Amino acid sequence: MLRFTVRRLLLLVPILLGLSILVFLWVRALPGSPAESLLGERADEQSIAQIREQLGLDDPLYVQYWRYLETLAEGNLGTSIATRRPVTTEIRERFPATVELTVAAGIFAILLGIPLGFFAAKRHGGIFDNSSLVLSLIGVSIPIFFLGIILKWIFAVRLGWLPSIGRQDVFIEAEHPTGFYVLDGVLTGNWRAAWDALEHLVLPAIALGSIPLALISRITRASVLDVQNEDYVRTARAKGLPSRVVDSRHVFRNAMLPVSTVIGLQVGLLLSGAILTETVFAFPGIGTWLQEAIQNRDYPVLQGGILFVAVIVVVVNLLVDLSYGLLNPRIRLAGR
Amino acid sequence: MHKLLRAGVAFAALPLLVAAVALGSADRAAQASDTLVFGASADPVVLDPALISDGESFRVNNQIYETLVAQKPGTTQLVPGLAVSWSKSAGGKTWTFNLRRGVRFHDGTPFNAAAVCANFDRWYNFKGAQASSSASYYYNVVFGGFKNPGKGLPGRAKALYRDCKARGQYTAVIRLKRVFGPFLGAMTLGPFAIASPTALKQYGADKGRLTADGVYQPLGKFGTPDGFAVGTGPFKFESWRVGDRLTLVRNDDYWGEKAFLRRVIFRPIADNAARLQALQTGEIDGYDDVEPQDIATIKRSKDLKVLDRPPFNVGYVTINQAVAPFDNLLVRKAVAYGLNRPAVVKSFYAGRGVVAHEFMPPSVPGYSKSVPKYPYNPARAKALLRQAGLTLPVEVEFWWPTDVARPYMPNPKNNFQAFAASLNKSGFKVIAKSAPWRPDYLGRADQGTAGALNLLGWTGDYADPESFLGGILRAAKQFGLENNPIGTKLYRDLDRALAEADQNKRNAMYRRINNYIMQQVIGVPYVHTMPALAFRKNVVGYKPSPTLNDVFRIVKKVG
Repeated sequence: MLRFTVRRLLLLVPILLGLSILVFLWVRALPGSPAESLLGERADEQSIAQIREQLGLDDPLYVQYWRYLETLAEGNLGTSIATRRPVTTEIRERFPATVELTVAAGIFAILLGIPLGFFAAKRHGGIFDNSSLVLSLIGVSIPIFFLGIILKWIFAVRLGWLPSIGRQDVFIEAEHPTGFYVLDGVLTGNWRAAWDALEHLVLPAIALGSIPLALISRITRASVLDVQNEDYVRTARAKGLPSRVVDSRHVFRNAMLPVSTVIGLQVGLLLSGAILTETVFAFPGIGTWLQEAIQNRDYPVLQGGILFVAVIVVVVNLLVDLSYGLLNPRIRLAGR
Repeated sequence: MHKLLRAGVAFAALPLLVAAVALGSADRAAQASDTLVFGASADPVVLDPALISDGESFRVNNQIYETLVAQKPGTTQLVPGLAVSWSKSAGGKTWTFNLRRGVRFHDGTPFNAAAVCANFDRWYNFKGAQASSSASYYYNVVFGGFKNPGKGLPGRAKALYRDCKARGQYTAVIRLKRVFGPFLGAMTLGPFAIASPTALKQYGADKGRLTADGVYQPLGKFGTPDGFAVGTGPFKFESWRVGDRLTLVRNDDYWGEKAFLRRVIFRPIADNAARLQALQTGEIDGYDDVEPQDIATIKRSKDLKVLDRPPFNVGYVTINQAVAPFDNLLVRKAVAYGLNRPAVVKSFYAGRGVVAHEFMPPSVPGYSKSVPKYPYNPARAKALLRQAGLTLPVEVEFWWPTDVARPYMPNPKNNFQAFAASLNKSGFKVIAKSAPWRPDYLGRADQGTAGALNLLGWTGDYADPESFLGGILRAAKQFGLENNPIGTKLYRDLDRALAEADQNKRNAMYRRINNYIMQQVIGVPYVHTMPALAFRKNVVGYKPSPTLNDVFRIVKKVG
């Protein structure tokens, strides 16, 4: 296991270097240039040339890249053009929002997706199964932003049940020691704030969780159908074990192995989906931040923010891989 | 046992939660009646007025800080601000401001002539990072140079400012190095608002650096999210959580009529659809820059309303006189008659455009009511071309920019195609050319190498004709006005008007210049656009300012 872990950790180095090169080149390939976004619409060519020189934008790319790596190595991701604050400060403030949303969406998708898939398999070919198939197809194919707008229109604009933007009502005074608002409310005993933060999570979590929900329910269904026909399940039933016991001990547990793989893979999807969801719900996380940076041509934020998100996805995938290793010794051996 | 316990706790907590939420709602209704929640498109950059240049920063700073000269809300008319009156010397270079008495900054320190001079001196002494136009854009635009800014930055030789002296406690005398007609108009700009000198010093307003990315980053606590912003305005800075909300509270010690609202909260919502829905749910009370396609929805709602911001920009077609036969006035007039301006404004501006007849919008002093107008008339255009001795069709190279959208030009391609079609009907044969906005298109336009006609536009910096006419027409090569008698006369007149200190005389001079520009058809202005704001109907008193000097003090919520 140790060898497997070390191997995967070592693999991180080329992956992260590759990522940094990709992000570096991508930001430089965008139309416009940092000099222009700094100086604005009126900038004359002379001032642009001056800023280009000042920022070293005329140096060869490899020189610029090396300089970029040096500042990265100092843990410095640059300063936002739009807010004049260090990119790392902004990440620290905004990342908890994205994590909270991603977790909420994940919980929604898992808690609903697994039972849905399970019962669809149990009633294979029935109305429930067919309608859940239709619903998951819709879930997978509806664009997140569209679903978000529709959900808001129904539950916020028409019915007025839930808020449409932000993480907290502006009239609520709350302390935020951790930046996870629901948790903060609980920790500080401010139940009203915790409940309000939960209310603000409902619609974005449903919008963001819709695609994973559909995938998880479909995979669960397929997996349960497979396992149901395994010899050991038939044996268990033949032994006369009650159906409830067979389902929970034998079918469900074994069917969950491929499902857990899918859930692991969803983390990257959830993070990229968060960009759209946060924008639609004005949810102040990494997603809205990157979206605004694209609009403002805020190069340092794009560079630092995208690299950060990419690193998170890579690290989470690594953790998921390692956890498989723990769960399933066959993977560890294959890693040799 | 554990399960039972958990269920018990959950049951016990539920009514508590419901009660908390119910109490919260009652509380919210009471608070909401004197709080305005405004949906901004982004956070402000900084709350140090000298360092702002974007609309969101203007909006918030203008409530906290005040300028010497103000504008009547919703107009560009000059009215007393922190100065109750002003006068200029005979030569026009020295301005004397008589200051309002009994005014205090939010930190309790007195507002007086020393405070005014401390602010002017602070700006003049900006060095390095602070003097770069990425930090102090408007000081660069208006005052031109700094005392000792450092390498590569505009210095004393270019500076307009000489010094500021306090004569007694309530008279500030500002001396300029040359006569500068737009001075008073420029003094209404948010970036020239007066901040508390004590707070500026105490919170390290001048500590900052230019980062490796070329961004000016304040390192002190003045104007930053976790810091302080201290002016004399009707609202005081309370708190700012970036990405979430910025809260101002009423200044109950304000020198003038106090604000109706007890609190104004700005919430950044970048997405247009999200702003509209938040307005519909009542989570915000108003927002700016409404998308044209949303206006019908807002007007249909019984709870919502739309307000128009007076236009402060212009879209125009340049005519390069250095390219034959456009040196001929008859041909330029034919272009003016041949451009179907009403059709373009009607088709591509979603009801937010008005046809322009001058290079500046009507809200700016110096706008002339008697410029020659050139209604779309293809027959007239053809007749003029024939009169000029030309064989029809007359070929014309017409350039338009790609990769750009501006309020005055949301889709340059649409404008170009419609204009090309109308010119082709008017005796011309348009040769289409396009290039990416930056650097190719602007570079060529500035050098006068982008054919005969170009699509361009301009947004004013402040309510003075120089901010439009100077900004647009001093780019001589764009119009082929270098070494050209029309250019010589135009620039002489513009320089004279710039140096004239008497506001009425100046306005009359600019009216004549506007007439001359359109008599000579130096170019063809075609559109001014009106941004729209949306509010809930219970918000009254909001007066959108053409120069973004919106005043929240006079806004209230009813019902």
